[in-house]
Amino acid sequence: MPKKVLETININKYFYDPVKFRVLSDINMSINEGEFVSVVGKSGCGKSTLLYILSTMDTAYEGELLINNVNLTKKTDKDLAIVRNEHIGFVFQFHYLLAEYNVLRNVMLPGIKLAKYPLKEIEHRAMEHLRTLDMADQALKSPNQLSGGQKQRVAIARALINDPIIIMGDEPTGNLDKKNSDMVFDIFNNLVKERNQALLIVTHDPDFAARTHRTIEMADGKIIS
Amino acid sequence: MNFKLIIDIAINLIRARLKQSIIAAVGVTFGIAMFITLLGFMNGLNNLLDGLMLNRTPHVRLYNEVKPSPDQPVLISKEYKNNINFIQSIKPKDRGREIYNSKAIINILKQDKRVIDVAPKVTAPVFFNTGSIEITGVVNGIDVPAEEHLFKVSDYIIEGNVFDLSNENNTIIIGKGLAEKMLVKIGDVIKITTIKGGLVSLKVVGVMQIGIAEIDNTMSYTSLRTAQMLLGESASYITDIQVKLTDVLMAPEVAKEYQEKFKIDVIDAQTANSQFETGSKVRSIISYAVGITLLIVAGFGIYNILNMMIYEKMDSIAILKATGFSGNDVKWVFISLSLIIGIVGGLFGLLFGFGISNIIDIIPFETASLPTIKTYPIDYKITYYVIGFTFAVCTTTIAGLFPALKASKIDPVEIIRGK
Ligand SMILES: Nc1ncnc2c1ncn2[C@@H]1O[C@H](COP(=O)(O)OP(=O)(O)O)[C@@H](O)[C@H]1O
Ligand SMILES: [Mg+2]
Repeated sequence: MPKKVLETININKYFYDPVKFRVLSDINMSINEGEFVSVVGKSGCGKSTLLYILSTMDTAYEGELLINNVNLTKKTDKDLAIVRNEHIGFVFQFHYLLAEYNVLRNVMLPGIKLAKYPLKEIEHRAMEHLRTLDMADQALKSPNQLSGGQKQRVAIARALINDPIIIMGDEPTGNLDKKNSDMVFDIFNNLVKERNQALLIVTHDPDFAARTHRTIEMADGKIIS
Repeated sequence: MNFKLIIDIAINLIRARLKQSIIAAVGVTFGIAMFITLLGFMNGLNNLLDGLMLNRTPHVRLYNEVKPSPDQPVLISKEYKNNINFIQSIKPKDRGREIYNSKAIINILKQDKRVIDVAPKVTAPVFFNTGSIEITGVVNGIDVPAEEHLFKVSDYIIEGNVFDLSNENNTIIIGKGLAEKMLVKIGDVIKITTIKGGLVSLKVVGVMQIGIAEIDNTMSYTSLRTAQMLLGESASYITDIQVKLTDVLMAPEVAKEYQEKFKIDVIDAQTANSQFETGSKVRSIISYAVGITLLIVAGFGIYNILNMMIYEKMDSIAILKATGFSGNDVKWVFISLSLIIGIVGGLFGLLFGFGISNIIDIIPFETASLPTIKTYPIDYKITYYVIGFTFAVCTTTIAGLFPALKASKIDPVEIIRGK
């Protein structure tokens, strides 16, 4: 039986401002290792909100979240930071990179934080990831010298540096043209195949969703299929 | 926690905002430099003034005070024992100001391990005669080598040589004010009337200046023997025994002990100069207050700049948190950031403070009243540097703490959603 990397039990979330309303209702889902899952649904149906909860950045919810079979619901900020650092890779729609560091250093940063390998090894691994993403020649550039597609590839490399068990993306191809979008899909697909990592990607691109292993469809804060 | 990484991030944040960071550091530098300069200068002056008094006064002085008799007849009466008595008919007895048995006392004092040296002295109020008027003054008969050893009197002799006093009898060194009033110079002979009416002629062999007009207008030095002859007393007549201790702080305690031991009046330097101590203290407090105010102002500068930096770096903070930095890590990034500004600014402040002190130190400061002082006095005590630096680090840490706590509480979801 394949190993579950992520599981939710009856997750509910409310927003209170301006009026109380339920953004997420009874979310029950699980993802196995090596699974490529996409999430689709109309704008405003709660996809991003769900992803923030699953990535442990948002802790104001009801219900339970398990990652790697560990219940994270009552963990402290410090413990959750460690989980994010070690087990979760996150790719945003807007490529969030640190302008203070060059591309290579941006990729290395979560690795230095985890400190599982010596600095030289982390650098080597970061270069490897950049090479797979065809970004090795840009390694010493500053992030703001890159195009949108290039930045997104750097963000992916950064998400991969600590060999997370799951990689989440919130519309990572939303800002990319068809060519770049296809490229990102291929990168993701390879990760699943070669490294047996799990992927959970929010997208509004039906083509992209159709090519994944499984699609979760959401409407009004509920999973409808 | 990975402090190397946290400091690396802090340094990179500073680099990205180098100009503001430098401005913040300059604020600290300015505060510390002023603090150091002010304290060094103020305390240099304090030490100068204290020295002026303390070097010239004995740590402990033994003398006989004119006092009313403690045994008034009415007190003996049993009948009025419990009443308040104000019939004090017995006036101060003329015990004379002579210290009895002075030789023995001096010998005992010289044996005391806490005592550096002892100098006997005879003071006598006199009148200096010039033309038809008489100027009141004081003759200090001193044991020249002992007095020189204890108080370095030669520093204050502006003309002539103090040792001439012991080489030749009936010689005198007079205060500058006196010399000017009487229009005398070295080699002249002046006439002195003692309070008992005797008239003596003394040859002027020097002029001295202490720098305090009141003293320079009345004071004169002769040898012990000359003073004794002036008063018509024997060679054992001594009115003051001056004692210098290895540590001036022991003076009050030692004074008390001698008082009990020799049944004589004893005063210590602290009691004699209490008003000077107050002045020094007030000057110190003012300089500390000004210095600390400057540093607090610098602290507000750091606080502002850090706050601004946090607003600008919201995205970076959100990324750090999303990729596995805890609130605590982020807090330490900003505390390190302000510590770096504080330490760098503080070190430069110490350097500039030292530099400015050095410049003040070579500015000529020549007043006729302070013959031994050529430039402004500066105190380079290491304590001021330590206090200044410690305070700089503390202020910047506190200034950084609030922005750092704010940064640590930033919710990454809010920032990421806001895009
Ligand atoms: N901080 C917030 N306070 C109140 N309502 C919010 C907040 N953030 C999002 N919402 C609302 O929650 C719903 C879900 O938003 P979101 O998860 O971003 O949708 P999606 O990503 O599916 O487009 C939307 O209706 C949105 O307006
Ligand atoms: Mg969304």
